[in-house]
Amino acid sequence: MKKSALKVAFRDTLPVLAGYLFLGSGFGILLRQQTAMGAGWAFLMSLCVFAGSGQYLLVSLLASKASLIGTAIATLLVNARHLFYGISLVDTYKGAGKKKPYMIFGLTDETYSLVTQNEPPEGVSRLQYCFLVTLLDQIYWIIGCVLGNLAGRLPIDFTGVEFVLTALFVTMFVDQWIANKNHRPAIIGIGCTTVCLLIFGSELFLIPSMVLIAGLLILSRKTGRRVKDGD
Amino acid sequence: MEIKYVLLTILVAALVTAATRFLPFLIFGSGKKTPDIIVYLGKVLPFAIIGMLVVYCMKDVKFLQYPYGLPELISCVAVALLHIWKRNSLLSIGVGTVLYMLLVQLVF
Repeated sequence: MKKSALKVAFRDTLPVLAGYLFLGSGFGILLRQQTAMGAGWAFLMSLCVFAGSGQYLLVSLLASKASLIGTAIATLLVNARHLFYGISLVDTYKGAGKKKPYMIFGLTDETYSLVTQNEPPEGVSRLQYCFLVTLLDQIYWIIGCVLGNLAGRLPIDFTGVEFVLTALFVTMFVDQWIANKNHRPAIIGIGCTTVCLLIFGSELFLIPSMVLIAGLLILSRKTGRRVKDGD
Repeated sequence: MEIKYVLLTILVAALVTAATRFLPFLIFGSGKKTPDIIVYLGKVLPFAIIGMLVVYCMKDVKFLQYPYGLPELISCVAVALLHIWKRNSLLSIGVGTVLYMLLVQLVF
């Protein structure tokens, strides 16, 4: 059973493998170029921080010798979207035991999307599947960060391969759109984020988007109920 | 660069990042029964968040300058159409990514 869980998790994380190797090496290269820090540091950061945009930010913070408070605030702004992820998994991850802290620590955008959208096949334990997806994703990320830092530059032009993660989210969007009759959450997600990106710009739009999404989802639940009560 | 400063900065980044991930579990996971509103949000949020992440991926695309986000838009539509047609994730993602790489490297 363990083996098949690993197989399923590996298959499902293949797009993440491609995306993380590329984005991770981008981070490793940037770290060497901007701060002259080597592979040991790339390893340490990808092991302890494990956040894509967060680590890219960390490079520029280190390069500009940012204050610790500044580092804390900037990291919070970039990673605030994670605050949402746990809400969907509070119940799912109950009973994960010793693995639970690691599974929470490793909740990236991609891991979150995979564990909330994918139903593991029969015979594969859900928690085991979630754990393996989290672990594999971090292994890909660490390998990417370290290799990129060691290589210093990419041997061939991989420009554009980062689109693999966008494509992953698009396929998941299509899947859930087809599987669900209620498209309201999906429309709220796309709509609020687009509006906030236009208003607040690419640095600050995430937190207002999240507030708006949560607010509208809660409101739409209430109106949904009222309609039912009126029946 | 001073090692102590670097280590502290990494520590702060690691702690803040972990805090954003652990906080919801600490707030809502401690009680025996998860509050209704959180159960509801937990169910609908993944669908909204996938939408949010699709937009998030486009955040640095400059739609008002050449090439006007065309490589991204063309590739996203291609991924979506192929996925509606074949329903094979790896195929849709693979073809979409190669298409995007060709567009940004050779066409635009």
